[in-house]
Amino acid sequence: MRLEIDIRKTLQSGGRRFELTAAFSSRDDLTVIFGASGSGKSLTIQAIAGLVTPERGRIAVGGAALFDSQQGINLPTRKRRVGYLFQDYALFPHLTVRENIAYPLKKAWPLKLSSDSQLEVTEIMESFEISHLAASYPAELSGGQKQRVALARAMIKKPSILLLDEPFSALDSMLRHRMRMELLDIRQRFAVPLVVITHDPADVEVFGDTLVIFANGRVEEISNRKKLAAPEDEDGWRAKVCWRAQWKKKNLTAQNFAMASGS
Amino acid sequence: MPDLTPLWLTLRVASFATAIAFAFAVGFAWLTARFAFWGRDFLDAILTLPLVMPPTVLGYYLIVVWGRNGWLGSWLSAHFGISLMFTWQGAVLAATVVAFPLLFKSARAAFEGVSTEYEQAARILGDSELRVFFRITLPLAARGLLAGTMLAFARAMGDFGATLMVAGNIEGKTQTAAMAVFDAVQAGNYNLANTLVAIMSVVCVTILVMTNKLASRGRAGR
Repeated sequence: MRLEIDIRKTLQSGGRRFELTAAFSSRDDLTVIFGASGSGKSLTIQAIAGLVTPERGRIAVGGAALFDSQQGINLPTRKRRVGYLFQDYALFPHLTVRENIAYPLKKAWPLKLSSDSQLEVTEIMESFEISHLAASYPAELSGGQKQRVALARAMIKKPSILLLDEPFSALDSMLRHRMRMELLDIRQRFAVPLVVITHDPADVEVFGDTLVIFANGRVEEISNRKKLAAPEDEDGWRAKVCWRAQWKKKNLTAQNFAMASGS
Repeated sequence: MPDLTPLWLTLRVASFATAIAFAFAVGFAWLTARFAFWGRDFLDAILTLPLVMPPTVLGYYLIVVWGRNGWLGSWLSAHFGISLMFTWQGAVLAATVVAFPLLFKSARAAFEGVSTEYEQAARILGDSELRVFFRITLPLAARGLLAGTMLAFARAMGDFGATLMVAGNIEGKTQTAAMAVFDAVQAGNYNLANTLVAIMSVVCVTILVMTNKLASRGRAGR
């Protein structure tokens, strides 16, 4: 999967002005956009989803342009086929878990879901292990349950890319670790590329095959995990900090090996 | 048994007025709650004006606009040969304008209370703007809308001044309960006055209690 982004967007409110200039591309199925809050990373995935419109530039997923100011392309959000996991999940509070998940399948007419769609909802609820929650309302769910429901709802229409906005920040650390593993599993099962926004280096270790670091509305660094073998190459120090555990492990093993063979 | 015609007329007038006010209030409330446009605060002020102006002044404005020589009234009589003055439809017009701000204010607050994130989520899940409104915005604002509707209905039932200016006080034709009470007291018919006052008080208290219930349940959340 190839994700190409090259956009400019200026936000102005009152006397404050924020300028986003984001240009990067990723060939990996796991991309992490890393940066402090206010660095423009959220704005960037909102632009991919079509929630904000850049002044100019181009956004393409898998070679298909979602936005291209030169060619006058700007697909409306509903036609972009992206999945989006909001930071606090945005489950519809007036609908049950089952109705939330069935939401994208429902047509204006007939009012009832087709039996195929019903089956689809039942199956995805089973695969996310949330069947027992079908009749619950979002307010009754724990953080982890909410996240599973939100993921099931995002995946039921088989999006071509899944965007996640700080997906684990609302969870405690044990659950965070578990949900990371579940998300990797979902990526495998649905073969969907992920773009994860985070300011947690632990997420970078798990999801950052390509790491894009934002600061002050600009792309500061782009690094690739595969180049990690040569730590002195052009990859920036921030990437190394994020990947430090893996890097350390690799170096230590190499050292141990050297010591063992030397003695 | 006293003559209860004014009560039935009041119910009819208030029902039509509330329905018309609802349609306009929801439209304007959605517009002002979701879009920041030039002159929005001014529009809000104009739409709220009937809440604070004397009903007779409102009635006068309505005559200027809808009267036989009025701005819209002359057009109506020229093209359709009808006039709203001194008809029960005129009373509906007066009650609509008087009740509108209550519905508009509640509806705007209700729409502003619906997080735009839910609407964005619905768009991402494939909804058009129309579907977002009917599947997300409207249901999530329903409690506030219903409370506003009931308040507006109570207000429409009780209007005196604006209705008197536009529709007059014609017995059996435009005489609503509020005016019938006035006439009954003037004529010393306390039997009729007591009956009408008692019924109207019960209806209004019921409406207010129900509105409060809705509002408090709305705060508690689901």
